[in-house]
Amino acid sequence: MSTPRNNRVYITRAVARKDLRIEWNSRILVNQVAPFAAIVMVLFAFALDNDGILQRVAPGLVWLATLFSMLVVIQRSFSVESADGALDALRVAGVDPVAIFLGKSLALAVQLLVLEALLIFTAVVLYAVEMTLAGFGLVVVTVVAATVGLACVGTLYGGLAAGVRGRETLLPLLLLPVVAPVLIGATRATESAFGSGGATISEGWPWVGLLAVFAVLFVAVGSVAFGPLVDE
Amino acid sequence: METVIELNDVVAVLGGFPALAGVSLSVQRGEIVLLQGPNGAGKTSVLRVCAGLLPVERGTGRVLGKDLATQREDIRSRVGLLGHQNGLYLDLTVKQNVEFWASSVGATAEEVRDAMARMRIDGRLANVKAAQLSAGQRRRTALASLIVRRAEVWLLDEPHAGLDAAGRDELDELLRSAVRAGATVVLASHESERAAGLATRTVTIDGGGAQ
Repeated sequence: MSTPRNNRVYITRAVARKDLRIEWNSRILVNQVAPFAAIVMVLFAFALDNDGILQRVAPGLVWLATLFSMLVVIQRSFSVESADGALDALRVAGVDPVAIFLGKSLALAVQLLVLEALLIFTAVVLYAVEMTLAGFGLVVVTVVAATVGLACVGTLYGGLAAGVRGRETLLPLLLLPVVAPVLIGATRATESAFGSGGATISEGWPWVGLLAVFAVLFVAVGSVAFGPLVDE
Repeated sequence: METVIELNDVVAVLGGFPALAGVSLSVQRGEIVLLQGPNGAGKTSVLRVCAGLLPVERGTGRVLGKDLATQREDIRSRVGLLGHQNGLYLDLTVKQNVEFWASSVGATAEEVRDAMARMRIDGRLANVKAAQLSAGQRRRTALASLIVRRAEVWLLDEPHAGLDAAGRDELDELLRSAVRAGATVVLASHESERAAGLATRTVTIDGGGAQ
């Protein structure tokens, strides 16, 4: 019989709810990470200072700002686990590591979705990006596919770096090369959605397919590798 | 009597250095065993091996009938370890912390209320963030989390640390009542006089073995 202790869906929800409660109580995303992401977008605007160029590169800037902000959110996600030995306690409690991985990925994905919505809104307002209804649909699917991949690979590498000295500097070094394909795919798909450089909507969907492949791959690899990595 | 913990000449390595160099230990169900020894003797490592956190490099070990080398996941779900850290989420309130650990085993809201009342962390304290608690209050919250997890073997490292006199008496009573309910307790403590009064047996760890 499936008891809560070995019910993966139940534990996944409990872990995700716990992480989101921590965010709700601390408001780090709202008070620190989101303003940081918005400031990055404003600084890009100051640095490039040309509407034509900004509209052309807006998709890349949105996803770069997402990656930078994601690093902060991942560090935070695992610092709350290690601050008082909670990750050790989870391991000793025999909590299913796959459920821990999926729960933390789910909570991270929710936070990333909020950030990405903010960044895309900022790009539309600040960089005068125009989007059709079809473009909006493409952006929504792109964001969902990219977020699943980013959240899973971010959780995997966050867990890997959690117990290591110098994790703050190690995490970007390990993570950014791995998420480069997601950055490329998401940027190309968003270019199509924004119509940047004359790109059409139909050109974006193959990139969404690539993002979906990465999402499935990262969910599978993360589910298998998270437990042994954290155990080490 | 049922043997709950059985370590035979166990060697464990931590960070490339030997943490245990051949420890043997046998604990029966219902015992409260005090591990004694100087700093660095390996008391914490014995607890971590028994919890399935530190792998056995050589020798053999069984906890609750399960092999420490091959069935660590089965062991982990039935033991509770309270180490130097409390395993709390500092941005969650006391109640949210206990509820989270309760949810990991499907414990009821009544069990959560009972555990919090037993550890005197109900009432006003329930809605205080763990980060704002004193060391003793954090320890009591961690113990409440251990209660709701229904652990069969309690592995406690310096459990009296940070507790005031009343809290220490309550902890001792809690451990005795846990044993009466069928649990087994192994604790490491520097407060040998107090812990010896609580323990049913004392074992000295010297890094190379248990006496």
